[in-house]
Amino acid sequence: MNIPYTVEERPDSGLANGKLGIWLFLASEVMLFGALFSTYIILRTGAPEWPHGELNIWLGMINTFILIASSVTMVMAWAELKLHNWARHRLFLILTFVLAGVFLVNKYFEYSSHFAKGEGPWHSTFLAIYFTLTGLHGLHIVGGMVVMAYLLGPGAILFKRNPEQFVNRIEYTGLYWHFVDLVWIFLFPVLYLL
Amino acid sequence: MHSDPEAIRKSVRQYFMIGAALFVCTGITVAVNQVHLAVPLAITVALIIASIKGSMVASVFMHLSHEKRWIYGALILTVLFFIVLMSVPMFTVGDSIGTPIGAANASHSQPPER
Repeated sequence: MNIPYTVEERPDSGLANGKLGIWLFLASEVMLFGALFSTYIILRTGAPEWPHGELNIWLGMINTFILIASSVTMVMAWAELKLHNWARHRLFLILTFVLAGVFLVNKYFEYSSHFAKGEGPWHSTFLAIYFTLTGLHGLHIVGGMVVMAYLLGPGAILFKRNPEQFVNRIEYTGLYWHFVDLVWIFLFPVLYLL
Repeated sequence: MHSDPEAIRKSVRQYFMIGAALFVCTGITVAVNQVHLAVPLAITVALIIASIKGSMVASVFMHLSHEKRWIYGALILTVLFFIVLMSVPMFTVGDSIGTPIGAANASHSQPPER
């Protein structure tokens, strides 16, 4: 039995199932990160002093540029698919995947330099919330990479069977990816600059 | 959401322009940080720039500028709950900001003067 409204829009909402589903998922993600941001506010306002300059601003800025670039390549992967340019779609999706990988490599160097100095999450309140927020964000990056790897690999077969459904999947992946970028846009100033 | 090829071709140019604007805004955020403003002003400026960047990502990359009513409805509800989530800690600590830890409790626990 086929699941209805995977491609065609529902008559009541005007949306396909996946579109409404991904937005509701993103709404729950807003609350997840929101809870951690409010934790940050409590910890920071309650602390007698808050450390400055503990993180490498330039590495954080490079990672911001990388995620912004990956958002552009992700939306381009969707646009090229809509324009029926399969090869360019693949190129942009691979670029997004690679940029996500570079982000994680940078994060690895950043984390390892902290651990080398004995500055783990146990070291201070600031580092505890820093590792929690960036660690959770990093897990989201890994999750996005797994989905992209699937769409580049075995999941790509769907394009031959049901191209519209595949385009929708790329769009939903893009929505998730832009959300991950959006979270970092707020994490960067909050943790690295303020 | 655009579906005809001509509209998408026009959007492609917009995607690159928004990407460039996001790069510039990130540079401005870091440059402002190097000026070493007072903390409340620095927080305000950084969050304003981050909000501008976030709205560009949401409206253009996530196509929120032309979405269906159900999506807007779900997001308005999320924003309301998000505001509550952010307000709770503000109210909790609002009367003790700038007070050393323990001082606020100590003042409450002192016996009233006779």
